[in-house]
Amino acid sequence: MSRTALGFILLIIAGVVAPWLNIYPTFLMKGWCFALFACAFNLLLGYTGLLSFGHAAFFGAASYITGHALKVWGLPPEIGLLAGTVFAGVLGYLFGSLAIRRAGIYFAMITLALAQMLYFVWLQMKFTGGEDGLQGVPRGMMFGVIDLTNNVNLYYVVFAIFLFGFFMIYRTIHSPFGQVLKSIRENEPRSISLGYDVAKYKLLAFVISATLSGLAGATKTVVFQLASLTDAHWHMSGEVVLMTLLGGMGTVFGPVVGAFVIVTLQNELADKVGSWVQVIMGFIFVICVLAFRRGIVGELMALFRNLYQRPVGLSARQADVKDTKA
Amino acid sequence: MSNEYILETRGLTKEFKGFVAVSDVNLKVRRGSIHALIGPNGAGKTTVFNLLTKFLQPTTGSIFYNGTDITEDRPAQVARRGIIRSFQISAVFPHLTVLENVRIGLQRKLGTSFHFWKSQKSLEQLNGRAMELLEAVDLASFAGTMTVELPYGRKRALEIATTLALDPELMLLDEPTQGMGHEDVGRVVGLIKKVAADRTVLMVEHNLNVVADLSHVITVLQHGSVLAEGPYEEVSKNPQVLEAYVGAAHD
Repeated sequence: MSRTALGFILLIIAGVVAPWLNIYPTFLMKGWCFALFACAFNLLLGYTGLLSFGHAAFFGAASYITGHALKVWGLPPEIGLLAGTVFAGVLGYLFGSLAIRRAGIYFAMITLALAQMLYFVWLQMKFTGGEDGLQGVPRGMMFGVIDLTNNVNLYYVVFAIFLFGFFMIYRTIHSPFGQVLKSIRENEPRSISLGYDVAKYKLLAFVISATLSGLAGATKTVVFQLASLTDAHWHMSGEVVLMTLLGGMGTVFGPVVGAFVIVTLQNELADKVGSWVQVIMGFIFVICVLAFRRGIVGELMALFRNLYQRPVGLSARQADVKDTKA
Repeated sequence: MSNEYILETRGLTKEFKGFVAVSDVNLKVRRGSIHALIGPNGAGKTTVFNLLTKFLQPTTGSIFYNGTDITEDRPAQVARRGIIRSFQISAVFPHLTVLENVRIGLQRKLGTSFHFWKSQKSLEQLNGRAMELLEAVDLASFAGTMTVELPYGRKRALEIATTLALDPELMLLDEPTQGMGHEDVGRVVGLIKKVAADRTVLMVEHNLNVVADLSHVITVLQHGSVLAEGPYEEVSKNPQVLEAYVGAAHD
């Protein structure tokens, strides 16, 4: 557990120091938003064993609702963020109730279909601005005192939101509820046979994941002052899968690493290679799945385990051999 | 009558698209006994198990547990009534520790299983009971081991410990000694005897030595129907049963 504590401390230091290292703040904020999105997604994929292929629905919906609340209704940013997040949670309940009735590829396809339906709803509705999106969303004063038009203020608010969401997910994973989720991931029929109504557990996990994905999308709108169809497109659902797999699904810090790697690649390569960035990302995805399936953090953890902890595993087996001989 | 028999089925039938897997099975499991379900491959034993635990819905017929009709229950509900099943392939949670496996069985009673805001440290109050259960199956020294690292026989023992964590009234064991080496079979047989002291066990088993050693009553299934029923000495001399087994062996 102390390794996790160390990870937390490093993460907080990195987050606090980063804007003073001459790194473009908007890039960092984009990174934290996507890191939160990927962590929320990982709660489902990595800890419950559910592959949603429609998570852009929650990210995008919150993005639009928050954008509209800030721009048209003129609400303060904290209320705007809350509105988008709550909307994503309710949407998660609706989508989740339908999708968890099926497992595996069917679950993925239902989430994809629902997300695509919503995408076309946004495209048709007037308030979203269609192809143009909602532009020039005002940032305003958080809690009436924090001026978000100041980039430093905004950065620390975004980082605080990330930490809040990240901690929520960490806590969920390491709670009595999280234990049941892991048991479902490991062996669903067995969880049922121990008396757990697995559908209810999956639904709650889905709602938590959708809500925090929404928080990520809402925050992104404040950062970029923009809500657009890109946020709700299925590309976005694919991107979050890639971030999670690349960083390491089922690890606490993996999605954060994965998100920053992808965001960095997009930023660095977009003006150099143009659309080829998509080809490069596809290539990374293939390599990741073929060669290092545990992802960056997962592989590193396995490496450390092999270096330091192998004798423990061996002695367990040896003890058993002795035991059966006796 | 509902006192003498813990579990009873009436006309239990399951059809899969015209194929009758289980046909009109009337099973009565006496409270406190070890009851074995045997039969050649494809006789419908596992299907009966899946029907009893509601992993499958019967086409017709009904199931009574302690005199209550449970035919319309969901599988998790059946489990909460006190019928806990095992599976043919050892059902453990491989990437949880041995201790955590048993705690999954224990924690539901705390009523905090939906509390996602609570630390899992709150589950540590169960560690004492979990260790007792692990000691009972000789696994206490493996408590911190990742379950995936256990040898097969040990996994089956862990599965039994997890099942016992729920203190079931009726245990359904699906081929508890399947795929095991000699020493492991002995260990599991001893374990079943121990746990059956104050509960009822219904098991599917291929190993006839194990069946002879353990069970009070044997039901022989063939082609989804009951072929014979009675104690081992009686059933093993039944010419129909002999034919079914020899016939199956020549297939």
